Amino acid sequence: MTTTSTPARAAAPAPRAAEPRPAPVRRRRRPWFLRRENLSATVIALPMILVFLYFCWGPIVRGLVMSFQRTNFVTDPSWVGLENFTYVLSDPLLPTAVGNTLVYGLLCLVIGFPIPVVLAVAMSELRTRGGLYSALAYLPVVVPPVVSVLLWKVFYDPSPDGLFNTALGWVGVDPVGWLNSTDSALPSLVLEATWAGAGTNVIIFIAALTGVQSELYEAAELDGAGIWSRIWHITLPQIRSIVVVLVLLQIIGTAQVFTGPYLFTGGGPNNATMTVLLMIFNYAFVNGDYGAATALSLLLALVLAVFAGIYQLATRKVTRA
Amino acid sequence: MSTTRPGTPLAVLAARRRRAATETRERTAISDADLRRPVVRFWMRLTEVLVGIGLVVAGAGPILWLAKAATSTTQDSLRDPFGLWPSGFQLQNLPDAWNRLQIGTAMVNTVWVALGSWVITLFVCVTGAYVLSVLRPRWGRLLSALVLSALFIPGVVSLVPLYLTVLDLPLLGASLQNTYWAVWLPAAANAFNVVIIKRFFDALPGELFEAARIDGAGPWRMLGSIVLPLSRPILGVVSLLTVVAAWKEFLWPLLVLTDPALQPVSVALPRLANTSEVSLLMAGLFIAVLIPVVLFLVFQKQFLRGVGMSSGIKG
Repeated sequence: MTTTSTPARAAAPAPRAAEPRPAPVRRRRRPWFLRRENLSATVIALPMILVFLYFCWGPIVRGLVMSFQRTNFVTDPSWVGLENFTYVLSDPLLPTAVGNTLVYGLLCLVIGFPIPVVLAVAMSELRTRGGLYSALAYLPVVVPPVVSVLLWKVFYDPSPDGLFNTALGWVGVDPVGWLNSTDSALPSLVLEATWAGAGTNVIIFIAALTGVQSELYEAAELDGAGIWSRIWHITLPQIRSIVVVLVLLQIIGTAQVFTGPYLFTGGGPNNATMTVLLMIFNYAFVNGDYGAATALSLLLALVLAVFAGIYQLATRKVTRA
Repeated sequence: MSTTRPGTPLAVLAARRRRAATETRERTAISDADLRRPVVRFWMRLTEVLVGIGLVVAGAGPILWLAKAATSTTQDSLRDPFGLWPSGFQLQNLPDAWNRLQIGTAMVNTVWVALGSWVITLFVCVTGAYVLSVLRPRWGRLLSALVLSALFIPGVVSLVPLYLTVLDLPLLGASLQNTYWAVWLPAAANAFNVVIIKRFFDALPGELFEAARIDGAGPWRMLGSIVLPLSRPILGVVSLLTVVAAWKEFLWPLLVLTDPALQPVSVALPRLANTSEVSLLMAGLFIAVLIPVVLFLVFQKQFLRGVGMSSGIKG
């Protein structure tokens, strides 16, 4: 760091001192970015350029290339055309994984969105203890995902003595198999993910709600609108555009879910929680088939990109309003 | 950093920021007149109680239960999950987990991972954003576009190739596997951080740079004396985001830190989960959650502001 900085620092002010003429005044916008400064800009930008080249842009391009290659570490990679893609698309596990990922994403939306909206509206109407409530709502988000998964694994103990089953017993519900049954495994993952993630949305919605103009409420009140219709017609429309954005971001996030399925069930029981990212992981790091893994990654990214495009077109009206 | 005198542009700007931050919020859907009605009062009270109970049970409950389980026997936690220490406190769990499960080593590793990611991310992203926002060389627009485009590409695309890159760096030929650089450097290549820092720098008044230039300040001097002192809010947010992300990271360190002696706590815990006693595992989980929770309770405002800010940019 210091070796690169010293010459730049020494060089930059020197020509100014030697050149007292007020020449650069003419150009008003960016007058001082002439040759020497351009050089120091390059030097200062170098760490970012290198880090991004190696660990961001490079891997993206490499992923594109690798999906058309067979890569093993014995011989040089060879071009195989679309073979990786056809192999991945004909994998009998793929429909299961795609279906699970879709159901997971859908459940996350159905469970994970109404709760934060209701909470945020309630919390912003209550004028007391806002800080405490926000802190409590956000607390699960700071728990490392691994810790919360391992903890919830204990909660999901399928025996009648398990924590959730005991609680269900209080209200007379029979013990549930949770992670052990093919029916309840995926919803169990969603429940934990919602607990771990809802706090972020609550905070974002509360922030959005503070931006609602109070004149709107006053006008509505003068017109005789009740509390519920004020919430329904003024409060909720105000967070509509942020909901639209968050839904998209959440879908993109849930499509790439890994930690939960991997640590809770490893894809089981009977592939009931096998997700697309778990398949990519298995291709690459269990089977060593990097070509197939990158091909599936690329397909997933492509689907997400197309979806995001369609979604933005479809919701343009909502976000404009 | 705190040597800004009143009256200088820096102080004026700081004051303006402070005022904007403390601006009180206005009314909500329920007006003061509504609040005087008994029915509304009743419902408000009820909502308050329900929301309060719900948040305590759902937000703090699991963590409190973990604290209990960390100081209980395995039998107590599994057979009587709602019992309050039927066999008394087992404080010995905590030192046992620290030493026998080597959670201590893992914690030190986690701190190391987080600190390194923090320093390198700040250095890389601040210098990058400074060039893109303030120095603006001719190729800056292209670079900005490239950084921005990385923001829109899902992380899954680069997972496998990034792993192979770390195993064998192109041109350099070195392998970063089982070194912390393998975690630190990819963490620094974070387009989101560059973009939010750049946005903040963009909002700094250009006259300051103009004045500094006239006074003969070079680019490093401007960065150190003007940009950084004014950017403490955004640097705080990025620092928190980076440290928390490094603390939470699981998949990436699992792949590149295969040596158990180097693994951070989120990789070590799942490895230990199948073989160790539940009481010790719970103690380990509790130790792992303690630092983030304490950090959050201390820096609550910054955390919550960071969430708002990250949504602002995404939105």
